[in-house]
Amino acid sequence: MSGAEKIAVKVADIVPLNDLVTRFKFERVDGGLLPTFSGGAHTVVEMQDGDITRLNPYSLMSDPMDQSAYTISVRRDDEGRGGSLFLHRNVKVGDEMTISYPVNLFSLDLRARKHLFLAGGIGITPFLAQIKQLERFNGRWELHYACRTKSLGSYVDELTTKHPNETHIYYDDQKQTIDLKNLLDGQPLGTHVYVCGPKGMIDWVRKTAEAEGWPREAIHYEEFLAPQPGKPFEVKLAVSNKVIQVGEHESLLEAIERAGVDAPYLCRGGACGQCETDVIDYSGQFIHRDHWLEDEEHASGKKIMPCVSRFEGKTLVLDR
Amino acid sequence: MTIQFNDETFRDDYSFHNSDWAIKRFPFPFHEDSYMYSVNMEQHRGGPEGSIYEKRFDVDEHYVAEMRDRAMVLADDPLRCQSLPHMTLAGWDLLELIMVSKSEDYPDLFELHRDGNNWRWINKPLGIDDSFVFLDETTLPYGPMEYITRQAQGDFCVLDQRDDNLWMDAGMVTTQADWSLDFDIGMNFFEWHAPVPLAHEKGIFVRALKFLLNIQQGAPARRLNWTMTVNPLLDTSPENYHKWGIQKTTLTPENIGAKQHLRVELQTFFRLPRSNALVFPIRCYLCSFQDLMTMPKWGRRLHRVVRDLPDELATYKGFIDNRPMMLDYLSQFDDGLPTSPGIWPDAETEPALKSG
Repeated sequence: MSGAEKIAVKVADIVPLNDLVTRFKFERVDGGLLPTFSGGAHTVVEMQDGDITRLNPYSLMSDPMDQSAYTISVRRDDEGRGGSLFLHRNVKVGDEMTISYPVNLFSLDLRARKHLFLAGGIGITPFLAQIKQLERFNGRWELHYACRTKSLGSYVDELTTKHPNETHIYYDDQKQTIDLKNLLDGQPLGTHVYVCGPKGMIDWVRKTAEAEGWPREAIHYEEFLAPQPGKPFEVKLAVSNKVIQVGEHESLLEAIERAGVDAPYLCRGGACGQCETDVIDYSGQFIHRDHWLEDEEHASGKKIMPCVSRFEGKTLVLDR
Repeated sequence: MTIQFNDETFRDDYSFHNSDWAIKRFPFPFHEDSYMYSVNMEQHRGGPEGSIYEKRFDVDEHYVAEMRDRAMVLADDPLRCQSLPHMTLAGWDLLELIMVSKSEDYPDLFELHRDGNNWRWINKPLGIDDSFVFLDETTLPYGPMEYITRQAQGDFCVLDQRDDNLWMDAGMVTTQADWSLDFDIGMNFFEWHAPVPLAHEKGIFVRALKFLLNIQQGAPARRLNWTMTVNPLLDTSPENYHKWGIQKTTLTPENIGAKQHLRVELQTFFRLPRSNALVFPIRCYLCSFQDLMTMPKWGRRLHRVVRDLPDELATYKGFIDNRPMMLDYLSQFDDGLPTSPGIWPDAETEPALKSG
């Protein structure tokens, strides 16, 4: 079986936070304790949406030491393939669901003298758990959090009330922006930077930090890509000797799983590298969208990350 | 079962010995009649009843004596146990993992009582009954990693995970096969494996690292590794090479069956939840050649493996000079019959040695 270990949970609470974001709370079905985790970890939530099994990663935002429940916050994506819509519309308190054990691809570097968090929108969620972890051990941190508007600023009130000195909020509609160059310039030696938000924000932080001479190891980022819809295509799976169709609204990985072929995965968002698959033969164009493969590998036509990448063309044969 | 702990030594008079039970469950590391490196990983979730794979942390008849030997090594050389400052949380993770596992797997030997962060730990074989506050170092006599690994067989490497690599940033290493924590502390996965021959060329370490980085909470893994040791020495460290290295020259055709030991490491890997570090316990099992030869399958197979091993590996594992004498001894136990696949002795089904 692929993916991390599974946990059977029930939905204990659903709290709409604003027009876009809703919080879900999970407890174990058997009433037992959930595993502790490290700040920055995510869980993969399984959703049975008609014929389609959706598996979406969400950052855990609850206190890592609280084993009674996990919470996640989900931003509704009206353009997406439906995972977040399913959670917003179909899931009710009391429903039983399956989630994965925590997996951390965005861990704190515990050597850091100071942790500088840069959040954009729903990218705030992993930092909520990391802040709770650091508070317990008197870690030094500072948060700069950009949101579109006051009404869409999830957890702004909680953060500014509990941590008024550490929290800095920026509202896009009031033309407030993070003065990144100055912010980086003023950090003490041994500071590590963490950024979670839209792709543009991550690129901006990485580029600015690099230009300012920051070591690559001191900049941490996480962006889960949601698989994008695309034209349907056909794939031959050489090892299992199957020909499968990838539908417009499903990912290549989901189509492989639907055909009953066990394929490895963890994050399902193009970041962890687990689902890397060898291409045996192809005639057409790859649409690579992952953060995992190097540019040369993308160009080589020898590898694909089926969780987020697609294909357009006549023939695609995979070693799976 | 209740374990009868041996009163024995791993130095000076070497009174270490394996009972029939310990020989039968010895982790013979060769699943076929030859050996080459591989990333021979499997999931660590139990195994046959009574085998060394059954429990998360195996406790056997050598437990009390091994812990006494560890205390002596640490008294002589405190640098065998080191933890860089950022690894304290991982130390607490490890303490929790071992206490929970042992109290659940061996309830007659170990008890853990938890009331919030107020914990009481009872270790009956070592006569310990301590109350402390979880995550408060001032309530324990040592740091959390040192405290619990003074009570757990095997070495422990606690590896920080960052920058897509693993870093040897903490450990308790007193029963090692000729490597030094004090030398390796702070190194990354490729740096500390640099001395190993052949495996780099085969891409073994790149694949092994990829596997280890992806070990997740709740899904530990394991593998076996092996080497050879003359006399049942736990502490074959570079620091003490001047004491044990010379003992390799004391083998004779008369004493080799008793003195020459196959040294097997059960290596396990657990993701630690609060720190996201990886703990790598390396548990050492020793068995003399003459005890191994009581299993006809192992006698046949060990001869073939030692005979056919590439010179580089026999050199790296430190027995190239003694190999001819080993082969003279082992060949007496190889009658040329085929062996069954797998590591288990299959004592009931494998034919006895054909004499003469």
